[in-house]
Amino acid sequence: MIHSLFLINASGDIFLEKHWKSVVSRSVCDYFFEAQERATEPENVPPVIPTPHHYLISVLRHRIYFVAVIQSEVPPLFVIEFLHRVVDTFQDYFGVCTEAAIKDNVVVVYELLEEMLDNGFPLATESNILKELIKPPTILRTMVNTITGSTNVGEQLPTGQLSVVPWRRTGVKYTNNEAYFDVVEEIDAIIDKSGSTITAEIQGVIDACVKLTGMPDLTLSFMNPRLLDDVSFHPCVRFKRWEAERILSFIPPDGNFRLLSYHVSSQNLVAIPVYVKHNITFREGSSQGRFDLTLGPKQTMGKSVESVLVSSQLPRGVLNANLNPSQGTYTFDPVTKMLSWEVGKINPQKLPSLKGTMSLQAGASKPDENPTINIQLKIQQMAISGLKVNRLDMYGEKYKPFKGIKYMTKAGKFQVRT
Amino acid sequence: MQEWANQLCENRQFGSKMTDSKYFTTTKKGEIFELKAELNSDKKEKKKEAVKKVIASMTVGKDVSALFPDVVNCMQTDNLELKKLVYLYLMNYAKSQPDMAIMAVNTFVKDCEDPNPLIRALAVRTMGCIRVDKITEYLCEPLRKCLKDEDPYVRKTAAVCVAKLHDINAQLVEDQGFLDTLKDLISDSNPMVVANAVAALSEIAESHPNSNLLDLNPQTINKLLTALNECTEWGQIFILDCLANYTPRDDRESQSICERVTPRLSHANSAVVLSAVKVLMKFMEMLPKDLDYYGTLLKKLAPPLVTLLSAEPELQYVALRNINLIVQRRPEILKHEMKVFFVKYNDPIYVKLEKLDIMIRLASQANIAQVLAELKEYATEVDVDFVRKAVRAIGRCAIKVEQSAERCVSTLLDLIQTKVNYVVQEAIVVIKDIFRKYPNKYESVIATLCENLDSLDEPEARAAMIWIVGEYAERIDNADELLESFLEGFHDESTQVQLQLLTAIVKLFLKKPTETQELVQQVLSLATQDSDNPDLRDRGYIYWRLLSTDPVAAKEVVLAEKPLISEETDLIEPTLLEELICHIGTLASVYHKPPSAFVEGSRGVQHKRLAGSSGSGESVESPDTGSAAGVSEAPPAVIPSQGDLLGDLLNLDLTPTTTGPPPPASTGMQMGAMDLLGGGLDSLMGDESEPPPIPLRTDTPQSPQLPHQSPSPPDYSPTELGGDLGGSPAMGAPFGAPPATMPASFNAPVSGGLDDLFDLAGGVGMPMGAYNPPKTLWLPAMKAKGLEISGTFVRRAGVIQMEMTLNNKAMSVMSDFAIQFNRNSFGLAPAGPLQILTPLSPNQSIEAALPLSTVGPVMKMEPLNNLQLTFPSVTNEKTAG
Repeated sequence: MIHSLFLINASGDIFLEKHWKSVVSRSVCDYFFEAQERATEPENVPPVIPTPHHYLISVLRHRIYFVAVIQSEVPPLFVIEFLHRVVDTFQDYFGVCTEAAIKDNVVVVYELLEEMLDNGFPLATESNILKELIKPPTILRTMVNTITGSTNVGEQLPTGQLSVVPWRRTGVKYTNNEAYFDVVEEIDAIIDKSGSTITAEIQGVIDACVKLTGMPDLTLSFMNPRLLDDVSFHPCVRFKRWEAERILSFIPPDGNFRLLSYHVSSQNLVAIPVYVKHNITFREGSSQGRFDLTLGPKQTMGKSVESVLVSSQLPRGVLNANLNPSQGTYTFDPVTKMLSWEVGKINPQKLPSLKGTMSLQAGASKPDENPTINIQLKIQQMAISGLKVNRLDMYGEKYKPFKGIKYMTKAGKFQVRT
Repeated sequence: MQEWANQLCENRQFGSKMTDSKYFTTTKKGEIFELKAELNSDKKEKKKEAVKKVIASMTVGKDVSALFPDVVNCMQTDNLELKKLVYLYLMNYAKSQPDMAIMAVNTFVKDCEDPNPLIRALAVRTMGCIRVDKITEYLCEPLRKCLKDEDPYVRKTAAVCVAKLHDINAQLVEDQGFLDTLKDLISDSNPMVVANAVAALSEIAESHPNSNLLDLNPQTINKLLTALNECTEWGQIFILDCLANYTPRDDRESQSICERVTPRLSHANSAVVLSAVKVLMKFMEMLPKDLDYYGTLLKKLAPPLVTLLSAEPELQYVALRNINLIVQRRPEILKHEMKVFFVKYNDPIYVKLEKLDIMIRLASQANIAQVLAELKEYATEVDVDFVRKAVRAIGRCAIKVEQSAERCVSTLLDLIQTKVNYVVQEAIVVIKDIFRKYPNKYESVIATLCENLDSLDEPEARAAMIWIVGEYAERIDNADELLESFLEGFHDESTQVQLQLLTAIVKLFLKKPTETQELVQQVLSLATQDSDNPDLRDRGYIYWRLLSTDPVAAKEVVLAEKPLISEETDLIEPTLLEELICHIGTLASVYHKPPSAFVEGSRGVQHKRLAGSSGSGESVESPDTGSAAGVSEAPPAVIPSQGDLLGDLLNLDLTPTTTGPPPPASTGMQMGAMDLLGGGLDSLMGDESEPPPIPLRTDTPQSPQLPHQSPSPPDYSPTELGGDLGGSPAMGAPFGAPPATMPASFNAPVSGGLDDLFDLAGGVGMPMGAYNPPKTLWLPAMKAKGLEISGTFVRRAGVIQMEMTLNNKAMSVMSDFAIQFNRNSFGLAPAGPLQILTPLSPNQSIEAALPLSTVGPVMKMEPLNNLQLTFPSVTNEKTAG
């Protein structure tokens, strides 16, 4: 099972270590540093690194490497999932997961890690349970604690760990009972030079924020459940009911959680909300290149496309770019060669464009690579797959909750090749 | 560390006084002393603050072990946080202070009886983490109670504690009967207890491969499946991994397990999903293919695998490595999902390379156009490694999907036109492969290739180009000029290029003898006289003699038709693949190696096999799967990995010419020798699927499987001795030729035909007792400068003897025979010297018997019955002018 954990920052310092079994010397991280040196980019460090006696499995989150050390055969996904859970927990507790936050809360961090694994076996990884065991630091509580010397550690049994609904704590009470669901879809797509779609898929999630008293039992049904043929559920969802009736039935965890995530694959028709007209050219022998980009809405079902951000990694040979945006602002970083253009909202009557020239090193040959354009965008009040919630009902409790459902579409990895 | 402690001090000045960083500020001298005073303070708050400071120092690796007694004193408290903090401290330092740790025992034992189950669990959990022998003795009684505790939370904690204890003192755990209690917990009413018991047992079982701890029967399976639905995600992983070890009795049971596992495919935790995939992939083998459910199951497997690819890159990587196995085993699952493997430009490099690999595996006539368009796109990316692999992938597509070859070639030509140096070099390397696969089809592109001759600076590309020039010398007008240009810096080239250049010029000479005589002489003299490389020298001599004795034969040898290269590249050997399918989701699946090969913790892991599939299970175990190279996993005939693709092809081309030593250069012998060489060549290069018709073949009794095994004699058993003598590719050459001249390419992954050849050539039966096998040919004349040896092993008067017939088929007298036994599995060694006193004149044969003993040095050979002999006989060799 998981032996040890090392946290390593971007400059290669080990700033926290935790051992669940015997102590593994820090020097084991040297193998990681070697791999890190070989990698051209921080994110290119391979996630599984063998060493003579151990295996190092790492994830990179918030510019911190979480490096787990294992000694025997352990499923790597198990380790990676656990590390993600650690990151999520830190974020949940400290608001951000940064080196500073971890150092500032080192005792809580240590207590958390101790609760999350026992002898390398996961123990309590649900944030509900953890929060009962170890109270998250808040400004107020730390202040009170420093004055009174009282404690972060909860005094009750982690009751949730014993119940059949380990994700929900008992005795929840709210004065305002409310349940909000956000349907968020991200489009991952690759568009080729000519504008046709090479691959497109939708990654959707339904995130919930449920603050309901007692033990509510909820059901959620969809207008078009047939869209959901590839789904991953939160453990609270009753799978049999879904299989039989295509209805989500569950006792929700308290607070924020991801109810389900789904995947609408490229087999189905995925609507592409924007199109890009581009002309990025370099001529042999000239130290100038032309840059011409225009965006326009495509299949948006009448909704407006907002918060558009276009970015592109220009070829290494480009020294500078002198461009003129019809709206928004652009920046070009001559070191990383990253061009980014904050477009904002797309007005279908007046399409946003970015035109101008790029200067190359004098005498340099024409760059080989074609830059890829990355697009981020948001469309409110629409799920691009067409998924719609039909109704939400609550059983088991008497009060009337306030319910709300929001839709949003975003671009995930939306890439246009040139 | 000091540095950031200082930094933290600064932070503190900026007002972050509320946070834990304040615990780091006590870096002054006397810090320990101060803490000691605080720990012994009467005030509860002060004590706790002090313990917190101690923990903080410990976390960052400072040594605060000197405070041990003071901290332990704080343990007896009602304050839960303080207790936990002290426990944290204890776990860290008990090891270094075992005597002190005893002080804590009483408190632990008391806490194990606490009315609060949380405290009971905490105590038993912490005790298990204190890795001190003295403590473990005291742990047994509380642990026994906790394993039977009424509270499931305590029971589940205790279950893990058994695993901890086992890690510290395995014998103690067995003596105390904890293992049985643990097995009972599999039937516990609480699913979390079941899951933890399974987890603990699995971990213990890893160090006891044969203990049969997880004795799975239909009842326990049923319990596990019930618990599977109700336990936490981590518990589900343990249970699924455990289920995967079960072998269902029949297809009914198999199906019912599959049905109950399938819902796990929709779990949010990717590790659960992959473990479920493993169970399904394994149990599917038992289902009849015509069953409706089988098809349903196949369909259900695709979506979760695709979903894994939308996760974080690290998860994607592990998923992709596993998908790579799955598509080799069951390509039908993902055959329509090609697009999800298309590379995004900002994927990390390790994801890109894996995706590329799977794209090629899924490439078929139906989707090849799309794949090629993608690959061409990738070839213009920034990352050099990725671009190279993409170019290589185009070549693999051409070889895999015949209909696409033309399109692939034109894509490669387009890429060559880009003039990007490394793209051009890779393209040339793969075009050479394409020529090998489709001879006489795409020669029109040679002109384009030749234009890029000057830009090639990598040995692999240069060698490939030289090969092409040599192979198609008759169609390239200025082939001689081209090759001559390479010859100028002959000694600066790498061996690969030198060998290739030598062969190419000889080819050229054979095709255009008139104008290239000077060139060939130049290269032969460079290779034979000015080179220190034995491979090169040997090959030079072979050609030289061939050319000088019989150019016609030389032509037959050198310009012989080459076998087509394998269509399916880079496949994992079926047996290994089956084993890996049983290990989906594990490290083994990430490395594509059997767990026994590399995981230290798993001593003697049993090899797992897929049930139900019997046919493929019989294939030969690859010779050295354990080697770290990773190359040897593939069966010899399958091209091991893309990286080695070229090396193999070259070897395939080269090997035949190096296997035979130069024939004796007297006229009477030479035609026969040529024939042998020619025949050997064909068989050497034969397709791996059918054993080549080998002239050296002997009717070797392949004991131990064969029936004529006689009862074993008292002092050694037939299983030890019976069977082939010799048979590894490493043999063969040392006969006759001094080891130094053995071509290196010989041991390199060579064609399967070669393996077979030596297996047969070297094989000799060695049964015992009454049956004395006839002599078989061990060493054919043409491999040992005319010395032919046949022999057998017999037992005469209780002594093992090696009886040989030596036959001089050369034209010269042989004398001074000696024999050396290399280390072998049985310790066989000569008991006396080889008694051949008279010189052996041409065409004379002589019988010799050599008594053997079994007291020589023993070294395990692969295969076990492999024996290498060396005959450093002196041949009075006459060299003909």
